[in-house]
Amino acid sequence: MKTLADLRAIKEKAKLEMATREQTAKYRLVVAMGTCGIAAGARSVMTAIIDEISKRGISDTVVTQTGCLGYCDQEPLVQVMQPDKTVITYGKITPELARRIVAEHIGRDQVISDHVFMQS
Amino acid sequence: MRELSLHILDIVTNAIEAEATRVIIDIRESQQEDDLRIRIRDNGRGMPEEMVRQVSDPFVTTRTTRPVGMGISLTKQATLMSKGTFDLKSTLGKGTELCMRFRLNCLNRVPLGDMAETVINLIIGTPDLHLCYQHRTDKGRFCFDSYWVLGRMAENDWSLYQTIAPAKEFLQDKIKTIESLG
Repeated sequence: MKTLADLRAIKEKAKLEMATREQTAKYRLVVAMGTCGIAAGARSVMTAIIDEISKRGISDTVVTQTGCLGYCDQEPLVQVMQPDKTVITYGKITPELARRIVAEHIGRDQVISDHVFMQS
Repeated sequence: MRELSLHILDIVTNAIEAEATRVIIDIRESQQEDDLRIRIRDNGRGMPEEMVRQVSDPFVTTRTTRPVGMGISLTKQATLMSKGTFDLKSTLGKGTELCMRFRLNCLNRVPLGDMAETVINLIIGTPDLHLCYQHRTDKGRFCFDSYWVLGRMAENDWSLYQTIAPAKEFLQDKIKTIESLG
């Protein structure tokens, strides 16, 4: 049985880990999880991304979520962000495509141009 | 939406946007009483009375990208479709409580779906959220606390992403032990 103090310490440690990960991350993957994203399948996209990242032991990537981006017809949307680079937004993502983004865009730095919806 | 667990994901996402640090998801299924009850409580910033009255109107939203918000109106529709009820209470500065009831065996009732995936997704998106998930059926009950994930991370010196697979497996096992036909 853990005490409340233990739990607080654990929580702080986890927060710190995420903060370090954020600061040192080379890639940031953002999954749009508004009502539109969720209805279109963003949940299994998120699950596939995390599964692929942990399978490949990728440690320089952080995965976050955001609300509706205003392009509901293109959901599920996934954005790949890198410091000082244009943001690549992929549209109509399936779990299979999400795995490819991790393998090709994150793993080999190759944009999957067929599925890019927007660059900004 | 095809699963109630997706509605739950959507609602808790709203709670997180309202700066909640604690969320309780409480699900009770009773075959005997033909009843399914889902209650979600958060300690977010709450809503003024005016907003509570209007929130199930699809043309009311806090989002800035479009003037339409479907989330709550879709959830309410899912309850009413299965002869259920939808009840939202909110106190400014204290939090919000949403109670949905469904006739468990009503043909129009949307299936509960993959709760393990919903809970895991919420933890990935907001690791410092304190999330409690309680589920009770005629077969039994269990309670899952998101601190379980943080505890495994600390014990094994794992990263958050490494902890996700074992956490999901743990949750799926728990759900299986109480799963009813509903």
